[in-house]
Amino acid sequence: MNSGIPVLSLQKVVKRYHNHVAVDNISFDVNQGTIFGLLGPNGAGKTSLIRIITRITAADEGEILINGEKLHALHPHKIGYLPEERGLYKKMKVGEQLIYLAQLKGLSYSESKQKLGVWMKKFDITSWWDKKIGDLSKGMQQKVQFIATVIHDPSLIILDEPFSGLDPINSNLIKDEIFALKEKGVSILFSTHRMEQVEEICEKIVLVNKGKKILDGVVSDIKQSFKENKFCVKYNGNLNLSLLENSDFNIIEQNHQELIIKLSPEKSPNFLLTSLLKEGIEIHYFNEVLPSLNEIFIKKVEQNNE
Amino acid sequence: MSKIWLITQREYLTRVLNKTFILTTLLTPLGFLIFFIVLGFIMNTGSDKVKNIIVSDRTGILGGELSSRDNLVFEFSNSTLKDLFLVYEKGEVAGILELSSPPDTLQKKYVIQYYADEQLGIDEIFAIEKAISKKVRNFKLKAYKLDEKVIASLDTEVTLEPKTIKKEKNITSLTTIVSSVIGGIVGYALFFIILLYGSQVMRSVMEEKINRIIEVLISSVKPFELMMGKVLGVGLVGLTQIGIWIILIPALFFLGTLIFGIDMNAVPTLPANNAAEQVLNQQDKIVQILAELKGLNWWKILPLTLVYFFLGYFAYSALFAAVGSAVGEDINEAQSLTMPIMLPLIFAVYIGFSAVQAPDSSLAVYASMIPLLSSIVMPVRLPFDPPIWQIIVSISSLIVFTIFLVWLAGRIYRVGILMYGKKATFKEIWKWMVYKDNF
Repeated sequence: MNSGIPVLSLQKVVKRYHNHVAVDNISFDVNQGTIFGLLGPNGAGKTSLIRIITRITAADEGEILINGEKLHALHPHKIGYLPEERGLYKKMKVGEQLIYLAQLKGLSYSESKQKLGVWMKKFDITSWWDKKIGDLSKGMQQKVQFIATVIHDPSLIILDEPFSGLDPINSNLIKDEIFALKEKGVSILFSTHRMEQVEEICEKIVLVNKGKKILDGVVSDIKQSFKENKFCVKYNGNLNLSLLENSDFNIIEQNHQELIIKLSPEKSPNFLLTSLLKEGIEIHYFNEVLPSLNEIFIKKVEQNNE
Repeated sequence: MSKIWLITQREYLTRVLNKTFILTTLLTPLGFLIFFIVLGFIMNTGSDKVKNIIVSDRTGILGGELSSRDNLVFEFSNSTLKDLFLVYEKGEVAGILELSSPPDTLQKKYVIQYYADEQLGIDEIFAIEKAISKKVRNFKLKAYKLDEKVIASLDTEVTLEPKTIKKEKNITSLTTIVSSVIGGIVGYALFFIILLYGSQVMRSVMEEKINRIIEVLISSVKPFELMMGKVLGVGLVGLTQIGIWIILIPALFFLGTLIFGIDMNAVPTLPANNAAEQVLNQQDKIVQILAELKGLNWWKILPLTLVYFFLGYFAYSALFAAVGSAVGEDINEAQSLTMPIMLPLIFAVYIGFSAVQAPDSSLAVYASMIPLLSSIVMPVRLPFDPPIWQIIVSISSLIVFTIFLVWLAGRIYRVGILMYGKKATFKEIWKWMVYKDNF
């Protein structure tokens, strides 16, 4: 199964609307069994991209490949999509509604019923079968909606802001499910503008703004490439700060017995450590400070907007 | 295709299994029945308190006999009015009817007196007037020395008997009337059904858009499939409901006749001069009407009406679906957008009514070949046996136009269902129609 061919591959995809370009020459690959973050501010073109992948609309240019095949009418059966704006038939019962949605994804009635049973057991909601959606709380509805996304065993799951409106308990439940699916080899395209979730969940990301790709890669690599040679030091003893102020060091932040120092690019961390030790203090903690994705995101978007 | 079927199934089952649907479907015919029973009861009920009335007939034209209503008992007396007033004061009689002088044979008017402090009911007054009028008539006949039979033969009932010259078809004087009634009923029913179920399609589309399930759905099926499934499903619900009514209404009426012994035909009858003759005539007419109904070419009318129903329903409900997709939560917005759909529908039903009277007028003939109008006007004309070429032109143009409309509606629909917050104006909808294919 793990053939090295990306589950989803976008190649120079362009989508134009009447007077603007919503998706401008975007390419990226999502490999099997990975969680891939599609990031961007509101209106960046994320939803347009997702709608192209789910065949709700079509691209004007470029190619979309699913497991190496050009996107065709049956591919949506392999895709599970949880839209940001989600909803269900309020008057339908949980069981019949999920079976209906699974059948629309190409499952037979008996398959749908069997798979639904498994999922309802997993979420401990078997007793909801005959409840109407309208009678469920919002959190409960989200669980039902999540099952609707994954019931047909998709090989690619697209989640658009999956945690919005969820309490921490349900958030964790869904997060665990996402990781479990990933372990099973499912690829997940995770669209959001909430960076702290991305850092926690995604291995690779692509950052889009105004329809253009402005950054992509492995999360840890990106953070490395945006590092500014900052270090955090915690210590005991008296330190004469004025002695440290020179062209090699720049103290950015100082708290009680804690410093954040920016090192000039050509100097190594060892140089900073030996300089500090020379001052006769006792070092308890020494760590490189990497930029958060949030900082990188804001920085890149602002640069791009200029 | 199988997905359209799945959607059709859902649309159908969720509606048909709905409590409101079951109740309205079953209760509507029952409601009709109760309505007619109550109506019949009201129409047949008048004053029922027994009233004794003394008749003082000084003219002798009544011949000592008068009968009008069951609750009025007449007692003839030769006593003077003064003595009769004494009897009245004892409270034994309701009133005194006096015929003081004989009617003038040359006068159309004749006045009699009724003495009482409490007046009679209007139905009682009519009944007495009618009974006396009959007696006066006999009196005048005698005075003129005329025979009743001679009088009866004066008024002649003229019947225009149509005869065909070439066609081997049996036409009688009733053919036109029966055809008109059937045509009228079919036309109005089609209008009603298309409007009722078309707007259900619209509401269903709006519901999916408002509760946002639409994006989940169209990531699994094409918008066009969704729209078609919905139109089909709701259409089948319509057929089910009508089918149940067609069986249930006559069945209930039959039951009603059996249980309550109410003669449904007798409910709103016209006042008859000669009741016995009228009844005979009626029975005769019913037999004739039944014969006429049998004589209609049902093998042609029924399937063709169904074809027109389906084509008309598809064309209109696709348009309703398009409107539903274009509007958001605002039902008022929907009303202004449905106007262009309502107009042809209303025109069609009025042209249909005029076609009942003049099925071969050029208005009726042209309208029955213009798509959107034809789906109602042609079924109205079918019992009148329109030329086959007109039916062919009508159906083929309707098929082409319906396909075009469904296609057009599909184009509006696919854009509309994903459009939020934008006010749907006609200009905006026009833009959606001309969006390139990969919207």
